[in-house]
Amino acid sequence: MPEPRARVMDRLSAILIWGVAGLVAASFVWLVGNVLQHGLAQLSFEFVTASPEDAGRGGGIAPIIVSTLIIVAICMAVTVPVGLGTAILLAEFLSGSSRLGRLVRRSLDVLASVPSVVFGLFGNAVFCQMLGMGFSLLSGGLTLACMVLPFFIRTAEEGLRAVPKDYRMAAASLGLSHTGTLAHILIPAAMPGLLAGFILSVSRSLAETAALIFTSGYVDRMPSSLLESGRTLSVHIYDLSMNVSGGDGMAYSSALVLMVMLIVLNRIAMWLSRKWSTQRVVA
Amino acid sequence: MRASYELQLAPVETQEKDEQMAPARTMIHAEGLSVHYRSVAALKDVSLEIQAGDITALVGPSGCGKSSFLCCINRLTDLTEGCCVSGHLAVGGESVFARELDTMSLRRQVGMICQRPNPFPLSIWRNLELPLQEHGVKDRTERAQRIEQALKDVGLWGEVKDRLQGSALSLSGGQQQRLCIARALVLKPEVLLLDEPCSALDPISSGVVEEYVANLRGTCTIVIVTHNLAQARRIADQTAVFWTRNGHGYLLESGSAEQVFENPQNPLTAAYVKGLRG
Repeated sequence: MPEPRARVMDRLSAILIWGVAGLVAASFVWLVGNVLQHGLAQLSFEFVTASPEDAGRGGGIAPIIVSTLIIVAICMAVTVPVGLGTAILLAEFLSGSSRLGRLVRRSLDVLASVPSVVFGLFGNAVFCQMLGMGFSLLSGGLTLACMVLPFFIRTAEEGLRAVPKDYRMAAASLGLSHTGTLAHILIPAAMPGLLAGFILSVSRSLAETAALIFTSGYVDRMPSSLLESGRTLSVHIYDLSMNVSGGDGMAYSSALVLMVMLIVLNRIAMWLSRKWSTQRVVA
Repeated sequence: MRASYELQLAPVETQEKDEQMAPARTMIHAEGLSVHYRSVAALKDVSLEIQAGDITALVGPSGCGKSSFLCCINRLTDLTEGCCVSGHLAVGGESVFARELDTMSLRRQVGMICQRPNPFPLSIWRNLELPLQEHGVKDRTERAQRIEQALKDVGLWGEVKDRLQGSALSLSGGQQQRLCIARALVLKPEVLLLDEPCSALDPISSGVVEEYVANLRGTCTIVIVTHNLAQARRIADQTAVFWTRNGHGYLLESGSAEQVFENPQNPLTAAYVKGLRG
């Protein structure tokens, strides 16, 4: 009897698909719930405005939030222009079969698969020692930029490639310049892809620990210049949970702040890009 | 004398007559034009003259190189990887394949409309303003006048004047195609190339687009690729029939539309225009 059997298979696969989706959603809820449960207790206005005391067991995380924001800002300030330029080169100026294009793409894929701790050692050797920046926010931000660039470039390149060929044909047949076509049509149309690359990069740089331990260091004071050492939230969480006995509660609270920060940054990026694209692109 | 009808688009006698009133001017002149994609020939040895101000229809079965021929005229062939063009082709007396040719200014003079409407994902107004800005029309009032005129030329002004800031993609297919024609016209091109402009449209929109294309007769030189023989017969002054042989396209016959449709010289053309072949 093929019919009832087919129906049973249908039902089974439906249960399986719903089950898997449910599992993913449940693990997310569990994770957030766990962080909220342990982290909410210490969370207060003072926590985000005060400096840490007693190796982070008391006080707040204000300098750490500031260091994190500075490092991510340095990272993205380097990543976006360099990455966008490379993505444009790969997607618009080099044909898919060009030797240079293949070389760049392959290098990026290799770089993307390099463990972050290796980037940490590289950053330490190049930025901290060779270029004399020492353990500093600048070294950390630049190291993170090296680390997230491959992801940003490949996502941005895919975004640009996904722009319908019709737009390029239309622009070319109107005699528009290459720059004009990019600035007015291709980049706005590729905005969703570029934004995805941006958010991915910000998330990765916010989450990074290993690469920063070697480059921006541990110091939990409020930084007064880019050449001072500073501790990011991820490093702080790692330090509290691994090296500080009795620091678990504060680690959870810091994780909560990190999560909120990630969501807020993503929202701001989306809002900005939407605002920017509605000025240029209506669709 | 009648023999010269066969290969030349402009018959010799009428040309002589016309010269006394308004001299007939060759706008596009192709001589031994061939197009290869990598090593595969798409079009071989086409020699054709297209007179200024005429509507010239290129007809023939699929894959006979009509679109390739069209793409040579504004050098859009540059965009296709591995496309190689040989022979001579001049627009307004200037060689299109000259090394020093500025493709931007060539494409400003030679507008092109594709098979599928391809407005930019911008507002209706920006779609027309962008090419003007890119080609250095700095005066805002001049831009506004030219945009309004172009939209009127394609009969869109009445339909869109209240929503010029709305998305061009919200227009219907026929309106989008007319917007694309307006976008080309706003640059005041001397030549307008249309690659099956009606094939992706419903019959009513198609009729409207055809009507406005026919209205452009005399304002610019129009070369239109079409699969619709009835359409070619309705609007064309001159017709060129392309055909395929051994997998590549070639020019089978060309002449005035009347002659090609009523008194074709080649038996293949005769069969094609009667609907027996192709």
